[in-house]
Amino acid sequence: MSVILSIEGLVKTFGGLIATDHVSLDVREGEIHALIGPNGAGKSTLINQLCGELTSDEGTIRLGGQDITGLKVPERVALGLGRTFQITSLLDELTVLENVGMAIQVREGGNFRIFDLARKRRAVWDEAAAFVAGSGLANRAAIRVADLSHGEKKQLELIVALAMKPRLLLLDEPMAGLGHVESQAMIGMLSETRKSAAMLLVEHDMEAVFALADRISVLVYGRIIASGTVDEIRNNPAVREAYLGAEDELC
Amino acid sequence: MRNRILALLLICVLIALPTITRELGEASLLALATRILIYGMAAASLNFILGYGGMVSFGHAAFFGIGAYVVGILATHHASGEPLFGIIPGTDQMLVTLPLAVLVAGAFAAAIGALSLRTGGVQFIMITLAFAQMLFFLFVSLKAYGGEDGIIISRTNALPGLNMRDKATFYYVVLAIAVLFFFGLRRLTQSSFGTVISGIRQNERRMAALGIPAYRYKLYAFILSGMGAGLAGALMANFLRFASPDMMHWTKSGELMIMVILGGVGTLFGPFLGAGAFLILETFLAEWSENWPFALGLILLVVVLGTRGGLQALIDRVTALVRGGAK
Amino acid sequence: MILVLEQILNGLQYGVMLFLLAAGLTLIFGIMGVINLAHGSLYMVGAYAGTYVAAETGSFWLGLPAALAAAAVTGLAIEALVIRRLYNRDHLDQVLATFALILMFNQIIVMLFGRSPVFTLLPAAFDGSVEILPGLFYPPYRLLIIGAGLLVAVGLYFLINRTRIGMLVRAGSTNRDMVRALGVDIRLLYTVVFGLGALLAGLAGYMAGPILAVQVGMGEQILLATFVVVVIGGVGSIRGAFVAGIALGVIDTCLRAFLPGLLRNVMPASEADALGVGISSMGIYLLMALVLLIRPKGLFAAGS
Repeated sequence: MSVILSIEGLVKTFGGLIATDHVSLDVREGEIHALIGPNGAGKSTLINQLCGELTSDEGTIRLGGQDITGLKVPERVALGLGRTFQITSLLDELTVLENVGMAIQVREGGNFRIFDLARKRRAVWDEAAAFVAGSGLANRAAIRVADLSHGEKKQLELIVALAMKPRLLLLDEPMAGLGHVESQAMIGMLSETRKSAAMLLVEHDMEAVFALADRISVLVYGRIIASGTVDEIRNNPAVREAYLGAEDELC
Repeated sequence: MRNRILALLLICVLIALPTITRELGEASLLALATRILIYGMAAASLNFILGYGGMVSFGHAAFFGIGAYVVGILATHHASGEPLFGIIPGTDQMLVTLPLAVLVAGAFAAAIGALSLRTGGVQFIMITLAFAQMLFFLFVSLKAYGGEDGIIISRTNALPGLNMRDKATFYYVVLAIAVLFFFGLRRLTQSSFGTVISGIRQNERRMAALGIPAYRYKLYAFILSGMGAGLAGALMANFLRFASPDMMHWTKSGELMIMVILGGVGTLFGPFLGAGAFLILETFLAEWSENWPFALGLILLVVVLGTRGGLQALIDRVTALVRGGAK
Repeated sequence: MILVLEQILNGLQYGVMLFLLAAGLTLIFGIMGVINLAHGSLYMVGAYAGTYVAAETGSFWLGLPAALAAAAVTGLAIEALVIRRLYNRDHLDQVLATFALILMFNQIIVMLFGRSPVFTLLPAAFDGSVEILPGLFYPPYRLLIIGAGLLVAVGLYFLINRTRIGMLVRAGSTNRDMVRALGVDIRLLYTVVFGLGALLAGLAGYMAGPILAVQVGMGEQILLATFVVVVIGGVGSIRGAFVAGIALGVIDTCLRAFLPGLLRNVMPASEADALGVGISSMGIYLLMALVLLIRPKGLFAAGS
């Protein structure tokens, strides 16, 4: 399988604090690569470096072989990078359908047109309706985001990201704050998504990680201390050491 | 449906206005209506970036003033016969001056916007104010164009086949432009661009994650908005037959913002209502007492602190109430 | 050379006035997040109240407490009635509500004192001029302003860096939510800061009286320059307000003093004067635009 995302020697420091310390990893086509680690390990920093909100001090990021290290967020998006936000970040005044529609409208382009009618862009709205209809929010299409529950917003984050048709999805804790039933539904959605996009999954919920991941990397104090298959990571002593006293969290 | 009827009714009243004011012998009312239409366009332009785009520009009078000066400067050179910069002949043809005013205002907006949009928040407010003040002082120091006193334009720009010196004719020209302007603006807010700019106001980070480079879109909106203000300024110079630095003073920018908030931020028709409310208040309060600015300040304060959404929201609430009562 | 020194002193004096206003404004913005356009009105209220009392009593020094008290009371009143409702509003509402206050204050002053400027008499001890350097004669009153301004700067430095209130102010201007989370009575802190800002504005207004005309609109003239100082210095930074205030005071004064003369060498006198005045009026705005383009949050921005 070919590598879609490859990171080499990525460094980010804030003042004297090293948030990511020569991180290298890759994500292959059709794979879910999970990134785990204790709080403050630098996972969110890494996600923000990858999507372009933070510039990196050192290292390179390649997407599909192309160097994207110096590109801005929208430029990376144009090359097929999608993301979800840990703390949901949606267009609150718009409905579920309109949020998905916006993602498709942006993807389709033509957004400097000032005399067309956005609501008459048939292709956009047909596709948006299909996306929503095929999701867990099918009967919530006309609800404004501000009126959605936390779990529904988390779902919408993912639907919007999928509507962008990314080649690679960066998922920043999609399970955070979800109840058990909602988590199961989310795991189901992600596992469906595997067919269309590779994923880098940052997650605390180990049940989800073990259910979904093809490979796992462990980030501690900004450094990758282990990388391998689910079983390799489960039995790695260094990982157990990092999660000292939290063994039950691992299994 | 109801909205269409209301709009139609409004247009009928606006068309009949010159006749009505002539019958009443109140010529000053027609002048007031003309000013409301012109300021309405300026305020609606500002509202496009402020209400739809979330950019609080505190220097929008600059583009209004630029539009006015384009008309004034072209008129000066037309009168003197000397070309501007030795090559551009002056003119008094409205078909030339208006588009040129729009383009020049757009060019200034492009330059000012390109620099200002690199900042945000309070810095954006202050840097737009700063650029407007710079232009204000620039025109104050331009002795060739009257300096502080401004340019007196000897006659209103000509339109082929029309007697533009007739107040009613001029009013109709302004009305026609305002109606076109309004429908253009409505289209703009519903366009692909309009929805994206409103998305940027709601959540710029989200739009970036969708692939929207906000800066370019905001700059485009800023330019369009400056062009609208330039158009209004050019019309105002024709109406007053005068262009002066005062038109771009920071208090004028403040007044445009007051009109926007009086009418309702981010509403389509609100700025016209706001311009109407402001100018009517100003006119009648001034007749009533020389201390009118105090009353104006008090009303503004109450509107800002007490109501959310200005006149447009008030009207919506009243019509909802009436509709509820009719059922 | 003497001429240049004199203008630099004038600039310094204008600079400390700007600092007195900007210090309050920058704290109000940094801590409460409120853009207060009515800050210039407090300056005007101080000037009028002090001048009035000074004229009635015949004592310049009795005017001072009157100016401070009037500005502080007015400040506390608008904080309680208006500003308090603006804390969680967006900038647009803040700009417009405080713009409305300007309209009202200007008109109240017109109603009470009329439109014509009021002049303040200097205390006899400060009349005339003293020779501070060989050949450089300078009015002692202006030296007093410079001294008072520097004293306030030192006082603020100790207040901010050495007291508990100051600690809260510092914390509040870098991270408002943290101060809230610490369980501090944020209301009280806001009131104190606003009152302090008003006090300094009143002081500046009264001191300006004998130099500039006390008149309606005096607040707005200096308000814009003050905002430029706040933005250049970095919102929330007293140090920034000081550095930017002094720098802008000197630059603005020197441009106005020397630019028309320099331009006269290359063009006719009347045009040179107009252009010189125009460009020197633009100077501070130009400077602000330049600073913001290089450092979008100002020179000493808190938290960057």
